[in-house]
Amino acid sequence: MFNIIKEWIPEESHILDLGCGDGSMLADLKNELNINGLGVDIEEKNIQLSLEKGLSVIEQDIDLGLENFKNKSFDVVLMSQSFQTLKKPETALNEIIRIGNESIVSIPNFANLRCRIQLFITGKMPISSALPHDWHSTPNLHLCSLKDFEELCTNANITIAERKLIKNSGKSTILTRSFPNLFAEIAVYKIFKKS
Amino acid sequence: MSNKSLGIVKPEIFSYKENFPLESGKNLKGFDLIYETYGELSKSKDNAILICHALSGNHHAAGFAPDDDKKPGWWNELIGPGKAFDSNKFFIVSLNNLGGCHGSTGPSSIDPETGSKFGKDFPLVTVKDWINSQNILREFLQIDCWHSVAGGSLGGMQALQWSIDYPEKIKKAVVIAAAPKLSAQNIAFNEVARQAIVTDPNFEKGTHHPKRGLGLARMLGHITYLSEEVMKEKFDRDLKKDKIEYGYGIEFEVESYLRYQADNFSDKFDAHTYLLMTKALDYFDPSKYFEGDLISTLENTKSEFLVVSFSSDWRFSPKRSKEIVNSLIAAKKSVSYVNIDSYQGHDGFLFPDDRYVKTIKTFLSSNV
Repeated sequence: MFNIIKEWIPEESHILDLGCGDGSMLADLKNELNINGLGVDIEEKNIQLSLEKGLSVIEQDIDLGLENFKNKSFDVVLMSQSFQTLKKPETALNEIIRIGNESIVSIPNFANLRCRIQLFITGKMPISSALPHDWHSTPNLHLCSLKDFEELCTNANITIAERKLIKNSGKSTILTRSFPNLFAEIAVYKIFKKS
Repeated sequence: MSNKSLGIVKPEIFSYKENFPLESGKNLKGFDLIYETYGELSKSKDNAILICHALSGNHHAAGFAPDDDKKPGWWNELIGPGKAFDSNKFFIVSLNNLGGCHGSTGPSSIDPETGSKFGKDFPLVTVKDWINSQNILREFLQIDCWHSVAGGSLGGMQALQWSIDYPEKIKKAVVIAAAPKLSAQNIAFNEVARQAIVTDPNFEKGTHHPKRGLGLARMLGHITYLSEEVMKEKFDRDLKKDKIEYGYGIEFEVESYLRYQADNFSDKFDAHTYLLMTKALDYFDPSKYFEGDLISTLENTKSEFLVVSFSSDWRFSPKRSKEIVNSLIAAKKSVSYVNIDSYQGHDGFLFPDDRYVKTIKTFLSSNV
């Protein structure tokens, strides 16, 4: 996934990573592209891990709003695998687009074959490396399929400029490309809104 | 030296003999600054940290004073070997600000022109004046650039002012439990404190120490430094005796505590210094030179910032810290922000909460 995102990010650009987690993505982008990055997270542990990587990181609850970030104030706003944890994903999506000149969102695909099989055979909520939590302890409030996400974008007048489909391993195969909603485990989108 | 304490620390005095112009337009004909240092300055002189004190603080931030082996410095929990500000790694400088009453030139010093104490004639000094005087001390110590400037409350405001006034001379700013300027409510509390002092009959006469007024000011200040939660935990409604006595004596534990604080403080502190420090707080507003716009105020800063607030602080609440953070983000500066979950109110910045200590340590040791 890093390689896909990396290709979409210009060198030395100003990046906001919403839900930056332990800061790995930002740290790698900083090392490889010399970006100027800012992470946002709510977890104490993640903030500490990001600081340990020498990153700038802000403790903030994305669900409480992002009004403190000005319009088009970052070259790229990134939200990697955090979208599904938000209380108000649609609001956040519009905010991401407002703040960034470009926006990149990656989501886990809940409709991929493995999830479908687990649910069908075991009758229990699916667990995978991308979605490792039990149903009762998961931070994921709004899991969706690729179709769901793309429908949300359409309804919100958001255009998908590019879409990359991969397995959790990061690999893209004929199957993930041909039947994305069934075989892709992660989708990475570059999105924008026509003004 | 034990692993945890700096042991006995002897202060030093730096005397500046030149004329020192103040923000108010007045002048000081030289000054003394008393300061302590902890740790060793590296050969490349790149490990110096300046610690700035808050309203009633002083230079004695860590270790023990030669004449007092019981009570360590005010930030001893955070400064020392292996602590948040690690004296094994850093050369830490802590001074008593101009206008103070612990050895630096202030209202209780002798005015060389009159041969008597400055008292009320000591000119008002501002945060900007402090930074200018600290910069002169920096030059004297032959430190080309501070690794960091750090402080809580009014000390945090000084760290912020440093980054604005001397952007080339500070690599990292640690701004703790501060605000970009005081609110009307903050100023109001300071004004009540000042009125308590200036209406004390002793103060009006100008001959005696206004112990009562200063004590009252301290009581009020102290309440604003604590949260309702921590006061409940410390005192709740506990009584000194078994039952209430339907009188006006000391009945509740909290009353006894406040009076003890008042007595203890007013014996040691100078009333004019207290007045002056509260005014420096009230006047603090670095954006006033930038048409009130904090974002453009911060445009020329070059430091990396760490802003820390405490969840139960209502004197300078997390919201005030976020004003600083958001302006730094808008000015495209490097800033990290943490809000420490604490029940201790504004005073939280004095205590070694695990996360707080870890955050500062990590920030200070990370490479920019």
